Amino acid sequence: MNIVFERTKGLTDKTFHYCPGCTHGIIHRITMEAIEEIGLLGKAVGIAPVGCAVFAYEYFNCDSYEAAHGRAPAVATGIKRVHPDCLVFTYQGDGDLAAIGTGEIVQAAHRGEKITAIFVNNAIYGMTGGQMAPTTLVGQKATTAPYGRDENHTGKPILMSEMIATIPGAAYIERVAVNTPANIRKAKKAIKKAFEIQREGKGFSMIEVLSTCPTNWGMTPEAALDWLEENMMPYYKLGVYKSPEGSVNNG
Amino acid sequence: MAKILMKGNEAFGAAAIRAGCKYFFGYPITPQNEIPEYMSRELPKVGGCFLQAESEIAAINMVYGAAGAGARVMTSSSSPGIALKQEGISYIAACELPCVIINVSRGGPGLGGIQPSQSDYFQNTRGGGNGDYRTIVYAPASLQEVVDMTMEAFDVADRYRIPVIISADGMIGQMMEPVEFKEIKDRLMKPKDWAVTGTEEKRTPNSINSLYIVHEELEEHNWRLDSKHKDIEKNEVQHEIYQLQDAEFVVVAYGTTSRVVRSAVLDLRKEGINVGLIRPKTLWPFPYKVFNEIPEKVKGILAVEMSTGQMIDDVKIANNGRFPIHFMGSPGGSIPADEIISERIKSILRGEKSEYRI
Repeated sequence: MNIVFERTKGLTDKTFHYCPGCTHGIIHRITMEAIEEIGLLGKAVGIAPVGCAVFAYEYFNCDSYEAAHGRAPAVATGIKRVHPDCLVFTYQGDGDLAAIGTGEIVQAAHRGEKITAIFVNNAIYGMTGGQMAPTTLVGQKATTAPYGRDENHTGKPILMSEMIATIPGAAYIERVAVNTPANIRKAKKAIKKAFEIQREGKGFSMIEVLSTCPTNWGMTPEAALDWLEENMMPYYKLGVYKSPEGSVNNG
Repeated sequence: MAKILMKGNEAFGAAAIRAGCKYFFGYPITPQNEIPEYMSRELPKVGGCFLQAESEIAAINMVYGAAGAGARVMTSSSSPGIALKQEGISYIAACELPCVIINVSRGGPGLGGIQPSQSDYFQNTRGGGNGDYRTIVYAPASLQEVVDMTMEAFDVADRYRIPVIISADGMIGQMMEPVEFKEIKDRLMKPKDWAVTGTEEKRTPNSINSLYIVHEELEEHNWRLDSKHKDIEKNEVQHEIYQLQDAEFVVVAYGTTSRVVRSAVLDLRKEGINVGLIRPKTLWPFPYKVFNEIPEKVKGILAVEMSTGQMIDDVKIANNGRFPIHFMGSPGGSIPADEIISERIKSILRGEKSEYRI
């Protein structure tokens, strides 16, 4: 019998705790597949955030860390400076990276820290039960924005890829989505490229991954994928925002 | 090795590098700036890495990363900056990682001032981070102790896998004294086989983590930390007793204030008043047991601190109601003069109502 697919060595056999339809599982898989495919599993150190992916260290089959909320890029910096030959990556949600941890992510990019951030943007706080995130869309309802996000009250959603791309130390910044098989393939390619940029010592890299949260969006998994495409993708445009080749392609 | 004249803050850095510290992450704040400046100059010469972080919060989290990666790592700051590091210190303690944190403290609360102060006793010994954790706290009173304690701190941190704080103040950091770097004893340290280094696909992954979602596991983790803390309380207490045996009155002071108290003790003894000094060299674990050696005839104990009274809580615990406890403090940055301390002791011995303020 031919094996046509098997779980990457980069993941443990621990069952994911994620809700049905959540795309964290896909993002975990393509991240670890990318590391395995470039042959750096034995050099990889993954840093889990505080948020839905808080248990990521149990799924990554490599050395790992659990950081305080938002601090993963600083923790990654400490590790990378001690072990420059390690592939050090953070896995952070939008509350972690784009709210409480904005200082750490901006300054890690500013230093050109040779680390990679996998930034999962699902426009909401998942683990704590659906509160408004800096990435929540205008009009989108959340438990702390019961009437929908009002831009006059809490501003417009933060565009992290666009912002980080302006920082000279950022070497590779791309926004991808995991709503279709084709986009998942593109997302994996982007993540792999970011890791290669790190391996080549070119600077900071971040891949923003548009993701769904069917539970807190109050949708079926399928409807959530549609909602992502119809509502998130027009605002959060996919594309390469910064690369060593200098290309900037906003969707 | 011959003695050399050094500034306190530079002595911290020189001792750390001699103890094998290769990484330093910090953020500027007065009065400790000579430490990061020294490290930025000297660490690259020994193949180490100095990095100025964007905040104290980032700095302590870089320390958290480097400590878990198996390195000897240090950060330094001063009072408000140490306040910002408390979250990280709690994580480092929870994950049982070794590191050294220097607090060259200044007056508070809030932005306070930049003069020497001892008002971080609670911050250093009780901590501002969440949870049941402890940090070992050394309190040097001379630059020789700055050097000796800093070097020892790295070994003790590694041995117990715990953050170690060195509680100095602006006076210790800014003054100059001759110091001698003693030969480092052969260390039998356990390999850091728990560190995050990349598995090389030759071992099962290591994980540095403080999350225990199953409450029984968290309780077990905390009892294990507690048992380690009990070992530290048993093995690592350091203190100095000075002229205690024939004392009729005892002063308790640490760090800078203990130097002044020592002068007061000598002056009073010239006048025939036998005063003794207990000087905690570790603030946690606190030398509670040495208080049992205080002679029965003692008429009282005076705690002298550059604060409104923080160490005095430990003095009261140690004293356990045995002798009357008095206090004098200066919480704004002035260092009490020996004559004032002598006068206060005489006034207490005359039975006058003791003033709290200096």
